[in-house]
Amino acid sequence: MRTILGLTLLLGIFAMTAPVHAAEQTILNVSYDPTRELYKDIDAAFAADWKAKTGGTLVINQSHGGSGKQARSVIDGLEADVVTLALAYDIDEIAAKSQLLPATWQKRLPNNSTPYYSTIVFLVRKGNPKGIHDWNDLVKPGVAVITANPKSSGGARWNYLAAWGYARKTYGEPKAKDFVTKLYHNVPVLDSGSRGATTTFVERGQGDVLLAWENEAYLATHEAGGDKFEIVTPSVSILAEPPVAVVDKNAAKHGTTKVAEAYLRYLYTPAAQAIIAKDFYRPRDPAVAAKYANAFKPLQMFTIDRNFGGWTRAQATHFADGGVFDQIEASLH
Amino acid sequence: MTGSASTSEPRWLRFVLITIALAFLAVNLALPLAAVFAGALAKGLAVYRSAIVEPDARAAMRLTLTVAAIAVPLNIVFGLTASWAVTKFDFPGKSLLISLIDLPLSVSPVVSGLIYVLLFGLQGWAGPWLRDHDIRIVFAVPGIVLATTFVTFPFVARELIPLMLEQGRSDEEAARSLGASGWQTFVRVTLPNIRWGLLYGVLLCNARAMGEFGAVSVVSGHIRGLTNTLPLHIEILYNEYNYVAAFAVASLLAGLALVTLVAKSLLEWRFGDSIAGGGH
Repeated sequence: MRTILGLTLLLGIFAMTAPVHAAEQTILNVSYDPTRELYKDIDAAFAADWKAKTGGTLVINQSHGGSGKQARSVIDGLEADVVTLALAYDIDEIAAKSQLLPATWQKRLPNNSTPYYSTIVFLVRKGNPKGIHDWNDLVKPGVAVITANPKSSGGARWNYLAAWGYARKTYGEPKAKDFVTKLYHNVPVLDSGSRGATTTFVERGQGDVLLAWENEAYLATHEAGGDKFEIVTPSVSILAEPPVAVVDKNAAKHGTTKVAEAYLRYLYTPAAQAIIAKDFYRPRDPAVAAKYANAFKPLQMFTIDRNFGGWTRAQATHFADGGVFDQIEASLH
Repeated sequence: MTGSASTSEPRWLRFVLITIALAFLAVNLALPLAAVFAGALAKGLAVYRSAIVEPDARAAMRLTLTVAAIAVPLNIVFGLTASWAVTKFDFPGKSLLISLIDLPLSVSPVVSGLIYVLLFGLQGWAGPWLRDHDIRIVFAVPGIVLATTFVTFPFVARELIPLMLEQGRSDEEAARSLGASGWQTFVRVTLPNIRWGLLYGVLLCNARAMGEFGAVSVVSGHIRGLTNTLPLHIEILYNEYNYVAAFAVASLLAGLALVTLVAKSLLEWRFGDSIAGGGH
């Protein structure tokens, strides 16, 4: 029995390491759900760029899932060379719980280590039958809102905070909780991840409006053929900044620090920024942004740092056990 | 009434019952199965083929077959040893062992996966040691094999224990009294007695090993082309709005299940009597 078990492990390890040749390097990018299409394009472009500059063959492996779950996997030993997650808090957690990268990781790259940004918009059915134009339309009776569970989904936390920010700006802080509670009253089902919520809305035809990342809304419209949905940009929304970081200790262990750093810096180049804009994320590069100005409607955006005191505070106040979202959820039953 | 009627129920009642059963099967089995194949072929054979020969799909297939090829033999060895021990000997803790064998069936697969993350994950008991020695278990193939083995280990034993209990020990005792060694008794007497039940258990075990989603999802790490099994690959394709490819790969998995089902039915039809003891 023991020899068989040992043999199993050996076989498994062999199967894992067998395809890696000495001449090529492999890095693992652990990312969140909606970036599948983005990194498919980026990886191909960067691998070509790397080959041209260094002559080395680079294989970039991708892992996607809910942002919080992916962070948890890295903490538990998924050996990511880089993480590209939905929110800074998840990378903070990796730094705090596993010490695989320093707590100051976000200062290492420009723009808070976020090479692209997005915001939260509404996706409605063609013709906008429920007349949804801004956040206050979401709390009307008879409007079914689709969003994921903020406890498990990074995207859904942005949704929640965007609604909260709107309510505070419009009705004042004391009434914000009331507004958000009313909004969640209109949510028939809380999926565990953003992509799951999108599928619920797009594929299963549930709900009148989907709260989504702008990129996710564009992608869904695009994939569905362009004549089934409309994107509604609210008057004000949150500045969603999905950050990137090299996981120092994993990269050092794999000997991939140099290529991992080059990979993330590549995201800021005009070539990558154009891919980013094409995949419906808002680019940081002013020239690229100007070129794609028509694709992204201007709107007022507030930041998490200014309005919620950063992710750690927002997390503790709203999403921790017994936090505001738990109270809201309890009041729904 | 003809002689073949086994009950005295009126004809209409039999008709209604049979109709209900068939309608139930049609709605719950035939229809979804048809939907899978229809979805897979929605854009024609060429698209179907390209979804299946695509590198990530082939990698997923290879991984699923590898995992089954390791997990199933392990569970045959375990199933045989456990049922042999339980039915041919008396020892303290025997009933505990029997209930422990059933444990993976009563535990949620998610928990079955988390056990291994807690044991071998970086924050787990063995995590730091494994990292220092550069051994990867969770988020790699060994973890997937372990989780699959755990989830499927009751299947062989559960088939064999009732069968061996029913057959009793008299054949073995006779063999022993005629001078056979323990090994000879096992190979010449026990194994032939249980061979069809064993095969049946192996088929069930294999079907579950290839189809397992929950436990494998927890320990996989979801790295494309490396740690995605067929069921995980199907979920990814579906989430990527790639419905045709998702159904194409799903049809492969359904095909594997159908082969298993046909093999199982053939066995039941051909050797119904000797398997019957294993059913409950």
